Amino acid sequence: MEIKKGIGVSPGVAIANAVVLDAEEYRIAHKTVRDEEIPAELERLAQGFEASLAEINTLRTTMARQLGADIAAIFDFHHGVLSQARLRDQIAALITERHYAAAFAAREVLRGYQRRFLNMQDHILRERVRDVQDIERRLLRQLIGQGGENLAHLTDPVILVAHDLTASQIANLGRTKVIAVAMDAGGLTSHAAIVVRSMGIPAVMGLKDVSAEVSGSDTIILDGTKGLVVIRPDNEMLTEYRAEEQRMHAFVTGLIELRDKPAVTQDGVRATLLSNIEFPYEAKTSVEKGTEGIGLYRTEFLYLRSEAEPTEEEHYQAYHSVIKAVGEKPVTIRTLDLGADKYTQSQSREPERNPFLGLRSIRYCLQNLELFKVQLRAILRASAEGDVRIMFPLISGLMELRQAKIVLRDAMEDLEEMGVPFRQDIPIGIMIETPAAAIQIKELLREVDFISIGTNDLVQYTLAVDRGNERVASLYTASHPAVLRMLRDIVRSATRAQVECSLCGEMAGEPMYVLFLLGIGLCQLSMAPNDIPEIKKTIRSTSVAHAARVAKRTLTFDTDRQVTNYLRDETRKISPELL
Amino acid sequence: MNCHDPIHHPDGLHPSQGPGEQTDNTLGHAARTVTVRNCLGLHMRPVMRFVDLASQFQSRILVKRSGRAVDGKNPMELMLLEATRGTELEIQADGPDAPGAVDALTALLKSGFGEE
Repeated sequence: MEIKKGIGVSPGVAIANAVVLDAEEYRIAHKTVRDEEIPAELERLAQGFEASLAEINTLRTTMARQLGADIAAIFDFHHGVLSQARLRDQIAALITERHYAAAFAAREVLRGYQRRFLNMQDHILRERVRDVQDIERRLLRQLIGQGGENLAHLTDPVILVAHDLTASQIANLGRTKVIAVAMDAGGLTSHAAIVVRSMGIPAVMGLKDVSAEVSGSDTIILDGTKGLVVIRPDNEMLTEYRAEEQRMHAFVTGLIELRDKPAVTQDGVRATLLSNIEFPYEAKTSVEKGTEGIGLYRTEFLYLRSEAEPTEEEHYQAYHSVIKAVGEKPVTIRTLDLGADKYTQSQSREPERNPFLGLRSIRYCLQNLELFKVQLRAILRASAEGDVRIMFPLISGLMELRQAKIVLRDAMEDLEEMGVPFRQDIPIGIMIETPAAAIQIKELLREVDFISIGTNDLVQYTLAVDRGNERVASLYTASHPAVLRMLRDIVRSATRAQVECSLCGEMAGEPMYVLFLLGIGLCQLSMAPNDIPEIKKTIRSTSVAHAARVAKRTLTFDTDRQVTNYLRDETRKISPELL
Repeated sequence: MNCHDPIHHPDGLHPSQGPGEQTDNTLGHAARTVTVRNCLGLHMRPVMRFVDLASQFQSRILVKRSGRAVDGKNPMELMLLEATRGTELEIQADGPDAPGAVDALTALLKSGFGEE
């Protein structure tokens, strides 16, 4: 048995045999042809292009329908490149002049382009070499006529293990028996990760050498939630995960029945369960899971999906489709929260030494006002169509909030001048995710319509722990007494000021914390759509009076260990299958 | 006038189509120099918008950067021009709808692809 740790890019657990895709998927012989074979090779080339274009068209249409135009747009470029007569002519010239076989000629020409991409100065442009590789593989698959058919013909569920897969290879997995994906390369923001996540296939990337360690037909457990791959698991591990799988299955079936029932406690207190979404199409999934609105719409994907900044119209279209999906339910749009990552780091002249404490999120926006206003105008335009609220992230002081509001007012004036309708009194809120904001909460509450506690960052900043750093990640826990006291104080202040307060970190989706949160008076939770049924079940299994007693007791503990044990026990008592 | 010089015509017409001149519809020619303004330059999405627009015209479109010319309807070649922000490009069109093509394409570049 071997356990490998990577980056969990798409959650879920799968157990199955492995299929390993060779790193050099297509070995193309340096094959030449005789004079009389040239017409046949040219014909093969023409058919290869035609078939590739048809494939891309289908892929683009399915992607657009299932996952939205955003993701489908990745394939527009592939289509554009393959429609060029020049590319085809260059390949054909190698066939006729040098007698290369079609596949060999195509590879030579496309590798030439890849080298030119790799020689560019601009690193974002350079990364597009991945797309040219993708185009090459597709074309070669057609030309050598074996077409990844091996995956299409699988009869049993498998876990696909590969060195690196392109976005379109993953997009094609939808019709196969592949139930999970493990990759040596890749990270959270790669196109491949975005596509696999949106298809709901569990995946772990960044495993470095998994494709070398696994042989075909090895049994594998893939845990996309924890970012783990277990190769050739022992019986104990296998039994544990199988049981887990079955328990989850039975439990989930039961939860579906809860969908249309309200999240109300046994003593009649109504909680509001909202969803956190990243992609517009998730709004629809959320409604299916019984959401009461979008508590956190992360807008970063708009910026990450391609190199260029999104236009106002692109923002607007995304927001519009979310509003259309949820109808009159509220939609809280969080303004750009990038930073400490690829996007902003690549824009800055020199990488920051400490990006988590650097130019990120609202700070980045306030230094890039034009970019900020494009988004604000789009949000305002969308506010004419539904219950839209605007939320500023990472506020660490009153000045930032006031500055952001001034920029918002500018954006409103722009729209007024153009005669574009929007909601004048659009609710304005902030994320409470820095200790500074938590401590200065009373002053902040006077100037906002609502707050949402972002526990992921709040925990990280309060405990001074980077949870992405494996060496200290075990210190990261929302159970820390300092965090819990902070939460109690924030909620208490918001209740006194009569300002709407919700919590939108991962903590909101963990059944273990429901009793505590309800107990300190928090009745609005925003979580991943998939977590809603479980949290609803927890809420329906208890009473606020009981939760208040649990919360009071929780706050008496000195260590996170005690807190976690206590909350686990209490949760198990009300609903044993939850943990 | 050398047609390869930067040309700025407020009415968007090339001199060969000015009033009183004979216009040969099959051999129209227009060219203009424009600076790339959007922050990340001619990357995937701007390139695709440029190609989509260029393809609506019959004229042959050339995009030149310091002497190197590529087909304005070819996305891969355009990307390989590495036209980052601030790069000067000459848009040249040859064909029946050349002036319209140059107008439209320079306008798109000047708009910064709506990114600013």
